[in-house]
Amino acid sequence: MVHWSAEEKQLIAGLWAKVNVEECGAEALARLLIVYPWTQRFFSNFGNLSSPTAIVGNPKVRAHGKKVLTSFGEAVKNLDNIKGTYSKLSELHCEKLHVDPENFRLLGDILVIVLASHFGRDFTPACQFAWQKLVGVVAHALARKYH
Amino acid sequence: MVLSASDKSHVKAVFSKIGGQAEEYGSETLERMFAAYPQTKTYFPHFDLGKGSAHVKAHGKKVAAALVEAANHIDDIAGALSKLSDLHAQKLRVDPVNFKLLGQCFLVVVASHQPALLTPEVHASLDKFLCAVGTVLTAKYR
Repeated sequence: MVHWSAEEKQLIAGLWAKVNVEECGAEALARLLIVYPWTQRFFSNFGNLSSPTAIVGNPKVRAHGKKVLTSFGEAVKNLDNIKGTYSKLSELHCEKLHVDPENFRLLGDILVIVLASHFGRDFTPACQFAWQKLVGVVAHALARKYH
Repeated sequence: MVLSASDKSHVKAVFSKIGGQAEEYGSETLERMFAAYPQTKTYFPHFDLGKGSAHVKAHGKKVAAALVEAANHIDDIAGALSKLSDLHAQKLRVDPVNFKLLGQCFLVVVASHQPALLTPEVHASLDKFLCAVGTVLTAKYR
């Protein structure tokens, strides 16, 4: 089980309370598809992904980004049982979605950058540490049931 | 992975905007890297890594200067960083995985200081550039 210090928990929960999940989720997913274009392979039914502008404005990208980050919120609420929280989602990503777990790490890093751009100086090195740790734990949990 | 003309122009624009603050960005990048990825500290047992450390400031300045040099010679990053590449291969031997960590922290610094500058397109170009720099610095490892 992952150990979270009181400070880490506070840094995570404190920041999360200020996050606009819809905006940040949409932005994170759009940036994933733009910065690492090969990730578009999972979204062939999303319509127009032909340019950064198209991706940012794509309503399916926005909706899916919101969905993904909302799910991330479950980790924030259940820091002491992230493995359990994502058990079924892990199976889904393996068996149905066939997503290489490396993509979870890529999205996690992008999310950290999006948070930095929204929170500026408030996204301190200590805050970044807690969030890099969290995205790593989430990525690990999502990969855990792969076979 | 190849830097397109627009990638190059995005990268030059970033470093032009950062200007004289490059040294500060370099130091903060290292500070964040040591905080977010403690394993990176293993390469600096001889440094004082406390807050405001003169060692970290000085080293951040060197790292920033190298990135600026690469950006200024973006058509030939391998040529511009050839000596640094030799140094990393023969003496420093920093595991290749760490260049990605440094890159991530540099992006975080730019994002937190200049969010408007780091549009998705610029983010993509800068990420590619940082990957290219890491590739050059590890190219002679074996």
